[in-house]
Amino acid sequence: MTSMINLLLFPIILPFFFAIVLLFFKENIRVQRSLTVIGLLAALTSSLFLISKVKADGVQAITLGSWPAPFGISMVSDMFSALLVTTTIIITLFVVVYSFSSIGKERERFFYYPAILFMITGVNGAFTTGDIFNMFVFFEVLLIASYLLIVLGGEKRQLRESIKYILVNVISSALFVITVAYLYSVIGTLNMADISVKIAEIGQPGIITVIAVLFLIVFGVKGSLFPLYFWLPGSYAAPPIPVLALFGALLTKVGVYAIIRTYTLFFVHDIGFTHELLLVLSILTIIAGCIGALAYFDLKQIIIYNIVIAIGVILFGVSQMNESGLSGAIFYLVHDMLIKGALFLLIGIIIYVTGTSNLRKMGGLMKTHAPLGWVYLIAAFGLAGIPPLSGFVGKMLIVKGAFEAGNVVGSIIILASSLVVLLSVMRIFIYAFWGKPVELPKTDRRPYRSMMIPSVVLVVLSVLYGVGTEWLIPYMSDATDVLLQPSIYIDAVLKE
Amino acid sequence: MKTNDVILQTTTKVVFFIIFLFSIHIFFAGHYSPGGGFVGGLLTTGAIVLLLLAFDLKTVQKALPFNFTIMTGIGLLLALGTASGSIFFDVPFFTHAFSHFNLPLFGETSLHTAMIFDAGVYLVVVGAAITMIQTIGGDT
Repeated sequence: MTSMINLLLFPIILPFFFAIVLLFFKENIRVQRSLTVIGLLAALTSSLFLISKVKADGVQAITLGSWPAPFGISMVSDMFSALLVTTTIIITLFVVVYSFSSIGKERERFFYYPAILFMITGVNGAFTTGDIFNMFVFFEVLLIASYLLIVLGGEKRQLRESIKYILVNVISSALFVITVAYLYSVIGTLNMADISVKIAEIGQPGIITVIAVLFLIVFGVKGSLFPLYFWLPGSYAAPPIPVLALFGALLTKVGVYAIIRTYTLFFVHDIGFTHELLLVLSILTIIAGCIGALAYFDLKQIIIYNIVIAIGVILFGVSQMNESGLSGAIFYLVHDMLIKGALFLLIGIIIYVTGTSNLRKMGGLMKTHAPLGWVYLIAAFGLAGIPPLSGFVGKMLIVKGAFEAGNVVGSIIILASSLVVLLSVMRIFIYAFWGKPVELPKTDRRPYRSMMIPSVVLVVLSVLYGVGTEWLIPYMSDATDVLLQPSIYIDAVLKE
Repeated sequence: MKTNDVILQTTTKVVFFIIFLFSIHIFFAGHYSPGGGFVGGLLTTGAIVLLLLAFDLKTVQKALPFNFTIMTGIGLLLALGTASGSIFFDVPFFTHAFSHFNLPLFGETSLHTAMIFDAGVYLVVVGAAITMIQTIGGDT
């Protein structure tokens, strides 16, 4: 046990193990809750160890079953994926604690926590895998768990939206396998490092570019890229808030991660076409998201459309393919996971207190729930990227990268979108917290307090993430280096 | 209306055991020749579904009084446990071990940890498939 070559698998195995154990205690809510928290804390510890190990020793890679590298399934943890894995576990931990007082015993008794842990297994697996077909497998793991989470409770709206959700995902998963098959028939390998080498050897002919676009469509559906995000606002609004927070903070980001990985490791020889396409689509995504964020008076819809905007901003950074753009995208990706998680939890509390998600029926919450108002305001400023809060550095680097690459119009749209984001979340603040107090339905004060704790801590974390930027920079630059120089990734996997 | 299914029920009582034994055979045949836990599990599920068709849900639940969710859990634990064994030897996850043993009756036999993993897969397939069928069938 000296070198611990399997360490990078622990953030995947531990949630999986605890999910299995929970199957044996279906009815015992106390065991369900405590084992879930213990499992997530164990996974968090292992992922923090992983970060320090990747920082010290470079990219960690292992090929399962002791098969030689391009033939077995490789798992690879670079700084980028280690950071995402850690963020995923942190958010899940807070959402689980928040669920204790908000999800309801009915759902807790029906595999709610195992489903979350199975989903985290899939998410962390997708972030860690170094095999493109295995990535499909982990996508399926997280999707099947998310099918359970979206339908759990069986409200009429959930059933309607889950049919849509499942249909969209089944079709895009089928397309995923087809695309992987195309790639395999051209390149003859599934190992991601090996794919990168082989594509470089043949210099990305037209057929590879076609496959690149197909991958963009597949991951665009999962990651809600324009115009493939059509299913997202309806489906995400259906399940209860903790599930929405998990979906909003994690699932779309897996799609984004997959785009980033394939567009920095595989398809880097025809940037003029592939990354230009990504650039145009990301700007359209931002514009569509902005329109949605301003159009609705429904709390959930406003924040959900903010997911779409953030996806656009991150992918815009990626499409620059320079150091500032990519490190900005990584900064912004982690920021967005934290802040979206926090915001969803906070609007969940607003909905709990007011009994509605319609802004027009709210008002004057500042008089009765002042702490909620202030915390929400901080989170809103963080989302819009007001310095020194967490959204600032990422967006600044992305815009810097865009100016370096000469995309002036794009940069201006990004900056303008920040104002729209600020406006859309301030509208919630103004409508819900200012104005004449409306009569609130009688609600228990205790769930309110216990829902506040995880939400506040998550907001504090996001503030620390913004303030501690200086301290995070070495980690971020490690993550960016691997994206900019595929050879680091390839050497870690193939040279053993 | 009472359907007359004497022939189906009588045949099923015999055929069930044939299918079940064949599924065990297929299960052990795995690894070096076609077969294994997944196919074996599916065959066993097929046998149980035949029972369900010939009799009804209640009878089958009485005949096979297992909690199939728990069975799935045990299967997953077996599979994950086998794969995780490699962690304690600090070799890559999923690395299996095998050796040849001289067993009484069987003679020279190759025993492989992959078989324990396959047993897990078998239990997961049977547990999950029957849980699904019971859930859907129990709705009516």
